[in-house]
Amino acid sequence: MKILVPVKRVPDPATTIRILPDGSGIATDNIKWVINPFDEIALEEALRIKEKQGGGDVALLSVGQQAWQEQLRTGLAMGADRAILVRADQPLDTLAIARVMAKIVGDEKPELVIIGKQAIDDDSNQVGQMLAEMLGWPQATFASKVEIAGTKCTVVREVDGGVETLAFELPAVITADLRLNEPRYASLPGIMKARKKELKEIPVDSLGLDLAPKLKIKALAAPAKRQAGRKVGSVEELVGVLHSEAKVI
Amino acid sequence: MADLLKDLDFFNLDEMLGHEERMVRDTVRQFVQREVLPTIERHFADETFPKELVPQMAELGFFGANLKGYGCAGMNNIAYGLIMQELEAGDSGLRSFASVQSALAMYSIYAWGSEEQKRRYLPEMAKGKLIGCFGLTEPDHGSDPGGMETRARRDGDGWVLNGTKRWITNGSIADLAVVYAKVPEGITGFLVERGTPGFTTRDIHGKFSMRASITSELIFEDVRLDDNARLPEARGLRAPLSCLTQARYGISWGVIGAARSCYHCALDYTKERKQFARPLAGYQLVQNKLVTMLTEITKAQLVCLRLGQLKDANKMRPEQVSFAKRNNVGMALEIARLARDMLGANGIVNEYPVIRHMLNLETVNTYEGAFDVQTLVLGRDITGLSAFE
Ligand SMILES: Cc1cc2nc3c(=O)[nH]c(=O)nc-3n(C[C@H](O)[C@H](O)[C@H](O)COP(=O)(O)OP(=O)(O)OC[C@H]3O[C@@H](n4cnc5c(N)ncnc54)[C@H](O)[C@@H]3O)c2cc1C
Repeated sequence: MKILVPVKRVPDPATTIRILPDGSGIATDNIKWVINPFDEIALEEALRIKEKQGGGDVALLSVGQQAWQEQLRTGLAMGADRAILVRADQPLDTLAIARVMAKIVGDEKPELVIIGKQAIDDDSNQVGQMLAEMLGWPQATFASKVEIAGTKCTVVREVDGGVETLAFELPAVITADLRLNEPRYASLPGIMKARKKELKEIPVDSLGLDLAPKLKIKALAAPAKRQAGRKVGSVEELVGVLHSEAKVI
Repeated sequence: MADLLKDLDFFNLDEMLGHEERMVRDTVRQFVQREVLPTIERHFADETFPKELVPQMAELGFFGANLKGYGCAGMNNIAYGLIMQELEAGDSGLRSFASVQSALAMYSIYAWGSEEQKRRYLPEMAKGKLIGCFGLTEPDHGSDPGGMETRARRDGDGWVLNGTKRWITNGSIADLAVVYAKVPEGITGFLVERGTPGFTTRDIHGKFSMRASITSELIFEDVRLDDNARLPEARGLRAPLSCLTQARYGISWGVIGAARSCYHCALDYTKERKQFARPLAGYQLVQNKLVTMLTEITKAQLVCLRLGQLKDANKMRPEQVSFAKRNNVGMALEIARLARDMLGANGIVNEYPVIRHMLNLETVNTYEGAFDVQTLVLGRDITGLSAFE
């Protein structure tokens, strides 16, 4: 089966993020970049499906700058077969990204797209859904279990207060949630093999799409610093402040 | 609790690493986070080696990672160093296992073995199916291996081996012992498979250091070996010493991991811990210690990076490795002791990794050429006068 896994380059979740003084973005010097953790889970699932079926083609897709090659190489080292980088140096919003992906899906004709449920940098949680809509494909978001039999697919998804099981026909778009799997490590032999795998670059302009941003980031601000806790002297005082200050009782 | 595997990169050295090298490091770091840290204190307490990790380490390509061909990953030497660094951020014993398997046992065969020996053993060792050990030290000959008493004499077209090796990492769990012995022509190496009649092992217990690593005695009593058990290219002390250079190279990187873990522990702890109504980290004496740690670790990182470049360019001199081993192990041990002190009473319990690293580093200071012996090697290099031969 042909599976397409879009991956985004994001700051390592362990990195301390600093916002630029003018609020226009984050300081990117000395940041460690990684594959968006949810996309990594999506890739792991794609690799497992391929291994279970005894073959197939897992292609990675990124829409971004030259430096994004690094994360694609990491994905190739984990076991993806090839990678496509749509080179775009301008910032793109989620709608534009979904449009680029829909175009590539049209050219590549995968039977399944698995993507992270959201990117941990902007937390938009939109691209998978938009892509499914543009393609007119079924979508199963927040997947915690995926099963495929022929062209039939069952996805268990986590919803408030329980789980929901969806059944649909492929092709489809699935977005991966945290508990879907635990991604493998890029082994050293895998890293060596990745050197020889195909990484194709396509200039975004060559796709002839309307990518004008519909969304503008006006400013970023750090969350307010948390106040330190306070010790109270007695239960009475605690009840008092819970009532008068915290106003929870 | 501190993130024990957090990076320490004051000079943006990450920019000097290639993407593949960073990938290798991240893989090992994740492996240590998920597989090593949860169980290492128990192994250390129980004096057991986490043998269950060997298959996964092999699959990830950690063994003989910088050797070319024979099923080895063929990474460069900086990537190899980073593997050692991250493993030792977990535990020096685990790094010792990888060092012995890769730089001592596999490298002995790789550098001094016949083509047939390489084909027969190296792929199995890379797969972790065959565990190796390296027997050079003897009860009466440590820093002076040239004085070894283990001897092999000709017997028909084979050999008969007699002697005792001591302090041998992996000894009793090894499937294959690389043993250096004297023959009439000088020192040479032999490959002795487990179960060969006359070959027995005995574990050394009561260690306060490297408790998550097996250390054994190897006893050879009239062990009959075919001539094809001999490493044909190993002629003279040069052969085992070349392996020690490889292992010392890895140790120089490895101890950075242990030191880094101690530093992060001490930093986080002293920022949280208040005495006299202020965080310990707010006192000048404590800051002085933290800054010393930061400085020494950063210097050690730079030494290793440069050493790795030289090794990749085939320009590394053994004396440069002695420099790195001496400096880096010395700094790591010093930092571990400082961290131990800064944690106060908490510094002596296994809730924190500091005391374990500190105890382990006592071994690292001694093995593969003790600190002062490296001093003598460097002293000879710059003065032209040997103080020890
Ligand atoms: C846990 C552990 C694992 C080990 N694993 C292995 C292994 O796998 N294979 C192996 O072959 N060996 C192994 N060793 C042995 C190790 O390499 C030796 O312990 C080391 O070479 C030092 O030898 P020694 O212990 O006999 O000390 P000695 O040589 O007796 O030295 C004792 C002290 O004297 C100093 N000294 C020695 N000579 C001089 C001199 N000329 N001038 C001034 N000072 C001097 C040393 O610096 C040291 O401080 C291991 C040791 C340990 C503790």
